[in-house]
Amino acid sequence: MHHSVAERPAPSAAPARLRRLPPEAGIALVLIALALAFELLGWIFVHQSFLANAQRLVVMILQVSVIGVIAVGVTQVIITGGIDLSSGSVVALTAMVAASLAQSSEAVSAVYPALTDLPVVIPVAAGLAVGAAAGLVNGSLIAATGIPPFIATLGVMASARGLARWYTRGQPVSMLTDPYAAIGSGAVPVAIFLATALVFHVALRYTRYGKFTYAIGANREAARVAGIRVGRHLIVVYSIAGLLSGLAGVLTSARAVSGQAGMRLMYELDAIAAAVIGGASLSGGVGRMTGTVIGTLILGVVTSGFTFLRIDAYYQEIVKGAIIVAAVVADQYRRRRRLTAT
Amino acid sequence: MGAAADPVGPELLEVSGVSKSFSGVAALEDVTLRLRHGTVHALLGENGAGKSTLMRIVAGVCTPDAGELRLEGRALRLGSPGQALAAGIAMIHQELNLLPAMSVAENIWIRREPLNALGLVRHRELRRRTRALLERLGVDLDPQAELGTLPLAARQMVEIARALSYDSRVLIMDEPTSALGERDAERLFAVIRDLRARGVGIFYVTHRIDELFALADEISVLRDGRHVGTSCPRDLTRRDIIHMMVGRELSSPPAATPVQAAPVALSAHGLSLEGWFCDVSFELHAGEVLGVAGLVGSGRSKLAETLFGIARPTAGEIRIGGAAVRIDSPPAAISRGIGFVTEDRRETGCLPGLSVLENLEISALARDFVRLGFVHAGAARRACAGMASALRIKAPDLRERIETLSGGNQQKVLLGRWLLLNPQILLLDEPTRGVDVGAKAEIHQLIARLVSAGTAVLMISSEMPEILALSHRVMVMHEGRVAGILDRDLATPARIMDLAAR
Ligand SMILES: Nc1ncnc2c1ncn2[C@@H]1O[C@H](COP(=O)(O)OP(=O)(O)OP(=O)(O)O)[C@@H](O)[C@H]1O
Ligand SMILES: [Mg+2]
Repeated sequence: MHHSVAERPAPSAAPARLRRLPPEAGIALVLIALALAFELLGWIFVHQSFLANAQRLVVMILQVSVIGVIAVGVTQVIITGGIDLSSGSVVALTAMVAASLAQSSEAVSAVYPALTDLPVVIPVAAGLAVGAAAGLVNGSLIAATGIPPFIATLGVMASARGLARWYTRGQPVSMLTDPYAAIGSGAVPVAIFLATALVFHVALRYTRYGKFTYAIGANREAARVAGIRVGRHLIVVYSIAGLLSGLAGVLTSARAVSGQAGMRLMYELDAIAAAVIGGASLSGGVGRMTGTVIGTLILGVVTSGFTFLRIDAYYQEIVKGAIIVAAVVADQYRRRRRLTAT
Repeated sequence: MGAAADPVGPELLEVSGVSKSFSGVAALEDVTLRLRHGTVHALLGENGAGKSTLMRIVAGVCTPDAGELRLEGRALRLGSPGQALAAGIAMIHQELNLLPAMSVAENIWIRREPLNALGLVRHRELRRRTRALLERLGVDLDPQAELGTLPLAARQMVEIARALSYDSRVLIMDEPTSALGERDAERLFAVIRDLRARGVGIFYVTHRIDELFALADEISVLRDGRHVGTSCPRDLTRRDIIHMMVGRELSSPPAATPVQAAPVALSAHGLSLEGWFCDVSFELHAGEVLGVAGLVGSGRSKLAETLFGIARPTAGEIRIGGAAVRIDSPPAAISRGIGFVTEDRRETGCLPGLSVLENLEISALARDFVRLGFVHAGAARRACAGMASALRIKAPDLRERIETLSGGNQQKVLLGRWLLLNPQILLLDEPTRGVDVGAKAEIHQLIARLVSAGTAVLMISSEMPEILALSHRVMVMHEGRVAGILDRDLATPARIMDLAAR
């Protein structure tokens, strides 16, 4: 029997809804299954435990933190129905710019010999600003010209990589100050990753920004008619994604204690993979930060598990590709089931 | 009257004991129906009664939890719409399922294009077949036109043409006329009579009860997922039917009380949009319903879009409260107190994948329920729940996704979205499209209440009774121009049709 909402005591009284598991449950199960599979394979092939090794787990999370920070931004872009292919290049560009302002006076051929030993906020702020600017370009291109996000960010991807090379004529930037290097050491990147994920988890769920982001992804035309300034909102979303790529650039250069233009090639794909594995739908309107965090961890477990089993890096990439495709197929399947159920 | 006399023809399709529930909530319970050769079997019921669900089961789009289908006595197991089509069952869906970027011809013949020896599409043949089909429906459409550029009524005709192109034995029509004007609807009825004479069995879902007496051989009514009864339209009056559907008597729509000397809320002066309408001038007073009548394609929807800032006028001026204003975007319109319920809820209304609650609150969030960017979820939920019960939206839970609601209830959600903003000026484009009689009466009462509280309403409608029941004045449009503005006592159906069709 159907009742109008008015006749129901309270919306929370719907039992059907409560029985449903959160969408992340499935992805979390995949994560656990993968970890257990590596544990088992570990005992069989290398006679070691995969999980009972704190050091390995720490390194694993450290490795994916940078991807995680990018994925937090990319998830929001994907929820609007867009895509950001520029993040890896933007990471490299911001790493170069930030590193060039973080050199110590001991550097032999500093990029700016007059600007060494600067307080750490300056390179950090510069990195974030460059990242946000790249995102602003992405967003403005999409909003003003109406070209597909794929094309706009592809252009920025190429240009940002070129800019990163041009910036020092291809030379790496090294000899960074200790306070700057401290940003990338220890568990700091992990803390930063989890903090950004938390901030944007809250933003997506509890703020107007989040509601509008989902609405645009669900039906852009309807969102416009409902009074959302779609173009302006997209600019904000892409700028945030750029800012987070900038943050990732700072973390990368601090951890490597240098900046190189070839850094983080293909990172955009890992970030997109983390979001999609985490349940974000490339058709827009769907995605959650908790899923993205789990998706990031899945990437980490796979990478670290393969290294642990001493399997060649080539195979890693092949398997990673397969996982991404599987995640997209799973999304399609979910959508189709939802449509035929209607 | 049903020309095919007694509905005693041999059985074509039998639905027996069909039940279906969605996440534990029953949408259909033990429904048994028969469709005979060469008859039109009308299916009626309130929004959410289960009509579309039942029809989707017959068309293989979803599978029943219990019960079975028999086609000419043989049990039928349908796993997909493709299997239903192969068995000779085609369906015209309530929500259009067309590809906007493809041409009319491609949409109709998709995956069945005539091919030459090399496996390439024979375009000329494709166009010829399309033209023949459209001619049969009496519509004048270019087979090569891109579908997305066509008005809703034309897209509806394409959907109908596609279903006809299968030459099926069973044809299901789920509210085919809800987006059509009277003229297109008449043509469709002629086609239906022709199909019936050729022995096709037709399931026909509608909320327009008056259509039935001219069309249906049998009428079945569903209420809350149960089959209430089947009868012959000859044995029923309009009131009987409504009583079967709703289970109670309906209050008649309130008579519009004339407004005296109310200030002008919104006016247009020589407003034009090249290619759509030209030199449109009118005044809309506070507390008034200005009905906008006209044939489909007369530029009415574009006029509303222009008033709301979706399209920008190429000439002319809009004034609000006497002052000229520039409305170049929906937010600009909203900030001036304008709300707009669009005609096509799928393209420009619903946010699929999001909940009923999120669909209701979205426009209000630009102004209300937000502090420092954070949504006050409790306040928003209370306001939306209040609106949902005021509009009697039938949803198991406000957290359900909007696309799980029946069409009429989706429409109410979209209306509620704007009412939450308390607009001073409300633009309504076919406000009761796909809404059942009971809900329609409720929406009409609601409009009357809003108007008596001083809201100015511009209401576009292709339903003459709706225009006549609610409007204080009627503006008739013809091919992008105002053909006349009639006062209530001069607005008769004959006069309106005369101006609209001239
Ligand atoms: N996929 C689905 N998931 C959950 N509930 C659904 C789904 N599809 C339909 N329902 C529910 O089943 C009931 C019947 O819906 P249906 O669309 O058949 O109504 P209808 O009689 O066609 O109404 P309308 O006249 O408004 O089109 C509704 O209450 C609806 O909420
Ligand atoms: Mg329906």
